[in-house]
Amino acid sequence: MSETTYRVTRADLVRYAGASGDFNPIHWSERFANSVGLPGVIAHGMFTMALVSRAVTEWAGAPDAVVELSVRFARPVPVPDTDEGTEVVVTVTERGQTDEGHTKLALTATCRGEKVLSLAQAVVRKR
Amino acid sequence: MPLDQSFVGRKYPPTEPYLVGREKIREFARAIGATEREFHDPEAARAIGYTDVVAPPTFPIIFTMASSHAQIVEDAELGIDYSRVVHGDQKFAYARPIVAGDALVCVNTVEDITSRGGHDFMTTRSDVTTEAGELVVTVWAKLVQRGEE
Repeated sequence: MSETTYRVTRADLVRYAGASGDFNPIHWSERFANSVGLPGVIAHGMFTMALVSRAVTEWAGAPDAVVELSVRFARPVPVPDTDEGTEVVVTVTERGQTDEGHTKLALTATCRGEKVLSLAQAVVRKR
Repeated sequence: MPLDQSFVGRKYPPTEPYLVGREKIREFARAIGATEREFHDPEAARAIGYTDVVAPPTFPIIFTMASSHAQIVEDAELGIDYSRVVHGDQKFAYARPIVAGDALVCVNTVEDITSRGGHDFMTTRSDVTTEAGELVVTVWAKLVQRGEE
């Protein structure tokens, strides 16, 4: 199993909003997030999934290795307005082969000890 | 009122092609902190057999989310209340990586609608092809419309 820790700050969410085009204010406005019942600004689920994708391509050692990648968003990732932000810990564990000879990976992502993704898995092509 | 199950199987018209730009791939890779050279440097991508920089795996969300939102979520007939929607699941299945210079067309389909415990679950599928019809990636999103309080 390999484990990687990614730091996530408000600046990362602003940058991701611009790059992805997802400007939902729950990802940048404390006031708006509170008004819809959230404790504060949360990361884009797709940002967390992108961190997982980094862990997968780094594990595979190839930027084009991903054949399949899937996740379920189980819990939000709150990102406080501090220099430190928060941390997301991603693990990658090899889980055998597909019929096509690709490698199956089981993935986890946790924030403050709680799982933020479930049913996260990937299939990668060996180079 | 639960979402109308008769929308299952509904397929929307193909989108205008999304032109994948080298700088957009670099911007997206920087935003997610991905440093592999093949996401940034055309020479590095050519060295592994591509014509230009390769996109990170979740890159297609840029155009699949926008187009399925415009076509399905904002379909007044379906009547989704987006203020109650959260993102449930997401999946990408690749035929080949996306490369700068691709012009990609999405065909969005409502694949499934279920209702459980007052909540509605809708799975959308985006079949992403080149203009010539070559399949590049299939993208699924499950949206959850929470029950009204």
